[in-house]
Amino acid sequence: MSTPKVAPAPASAPDAPFDVERIRADFPILRQQVHGKPLVYLDSANTAQKPQAVIDAESRVYREIYANVHRGVYDLSMKAEKAFEGARHTVQRFLNAPEAREIVFLRGTTEAINLVAHTFGRQRVKPGDEILISGLEHHSNIVPWQLLCEQTGGVLKVAPITDEGEIRLDELERLLSPRTRLVSVGHVSNALGTVNPVRRIVEMAHAQGVPVLVDGAQGVPHLPVDVQALGCDFYAFSGHKAFGPSGIGALWGRASLLEAMPPFHGGGDMILSVTFEKTTYNVIPYKFEAGTPNIAGTIALGAALEYLAGIGMDRIAAYEHELLAYAHDALREVPGLRFIGTAREKAGVVSFVLEGVHPHDMGTVLDYEGVAIRTGHHCAQPVMERFRVPATARASLALYNTRGEVDALVAGLHKVREMFA
Amino acid sequence: MSEELRELYQEVILDHSKRPRNFRALPEASQAEGFNPLCGDRATVFVDLQDGTVKDASFVGSGCSISTASASMMTEAVKGKSAAEAEELFQRFHALITAPPDQAGGAHPELGKLAVFAGVCEFPVRVKCASLPWHTLKAALQGAGATVSTE
Repeated sequence: MSTPKVAPAPASAPDAPFDVERIRADFPILRQQVHGKPLVYLDSANTAQKPQAVIDAESRVYREIYANVHRGVYDLSMKAEKAFEGARHTVQRFLNAPEAREIVFLRGTTEAINLVAHTFGRQRVKPGDEILISGLEHHSNIVPWQLLCEQTGGVLKVAPITDEGEIRLDELERLLSPRTRLVSVGHVSNALGTVNPVRRIVEMAHAQGVPVLVDGAQGVPHLPVDVQALGCDFYAFSGHKAFGPSGIGALWGRASLLEAMPPFHGGGDMILSVTFEKTTYNVIPYKFEAGTPNIAGTIALGAALEYLAGIGMDRIAAYEHELLAYAHDALREVPGLRFIGTAREKAGVVSFVLEGVHPHDMGTVLDYEGVAIRTGHHCAQPVMERFRVPATARASLALYNTRGEVDALVAGLHKVREMFA
Repeated sequence: MSEELRELYQEVILDHSKRPRNFRALPEASQAEGFNPLCGDRATVFVDLQDGTVKDASFVGSGCSISTASASMMTEAVKGKSAAEAEELFQRFHALITAPPDQAGGAHPELGKLAVFAGVCEFPVRVKCASLPWHTLKAALQGAGATVSTE
């Protein structure tokens, strides 16, 4: 018997027009009503909804092939392992990584960044050494480095951002020093939607011999990702933002770097041999995957990426780009609305404030229109501080959103204004 | 507009959120800062406690309509009350905004104007908005008590 097929039929052929209604039909949760109105889910940057292919892949594991991986000599275990390692190859292809053994499965972007901080960071950062990030980062690309610096005597440097929400590349280049041990930047800002010029940043850092980690949590769901073209050294992402399950994600790292790094967690699976005198660690990626992994989640993550690849990331990016431009134009007509983040290149996110209305009140009133948006600081408090706002409203778009949903948001905002402004 | 939304955003609440009362600092008074990390809201509550009685109360900060109106109406409600009475009022207010659905409704004469916050219990995520000023007041009152005891 073969392992379950996780790759679904593509939602549409590569050259056909982007059929959003057909894509929506793949996401059962979108069919519901909220407070008597059709659900308008504009919070995918927070966490994305799941297509039937992902739901089926996860349940199929438990129905048909579930057993532990890397241990069994029996048929079921080998089937589970084949599907699990198949997901690793799927991630490799999706990121265009050179080798599958460079893909480490972890709980998500947060754990991936913490892994690099704990292993690469503790090994290389000495007192006075520097980690360079930007003012645009999510808390998960700030706090692990602060912890590392507290433990090692390292120094966290932050490249500032412009009023548009773009990283000041001149400042970033100036902050690169002989003491810089790593640059860590987001691919796409979760708070503002800015697409960072990662390739340019990598060129600057590599010119100084500094490796670069890319927080790809908001990149993978929206843009074609090619780690070889980006030139970076680590790329981290989360499954749940890429239409896969929560609690699973991956880190890609160059084999030469991963091999030189000490293990992260100790336990089963990450060893070759254990005696009380000496333990020999396993090869990559298993060295970093201690304990029984999230088997079904990993296989379902593979299904999510197969689903995206089946549609085509180029087509998804083009569709979302057009939808984002439509959203900007539509929102600009709302009196008193001010965009936070107006970078030249953006993906997936519109952050804004409405004069005289707190984002929380906006969120509550919009909910009664069926519209789900995120309100708050988006785990990026330094970004909020930079723009001198306590919070913003954030509508985030994904491949299943429509112009009609943007119109519902705008109509909802007019109701918000009637009440508060 | 839905009935629940109307319950939440009563005219009195909207009025206080747009024109908050006692929205000023009392630099000489005891104060405490409240912060809701979930939404970034901040409120500094000032309380001038003299001979065990709240002579004046005020606040500054930024927040949503619920937290602003709550702070505004709280500063009005606690003036002239003893610290113990203010804390008791907080307990009653807290019971009101966290009432289980089957116990919601009914009259709350002891709460006076604050009864307009009854609609908050239908919105569990907004309970923190309404209670933040009160938690901050409690901290300020304890600070005031401590100041009194050292003098």
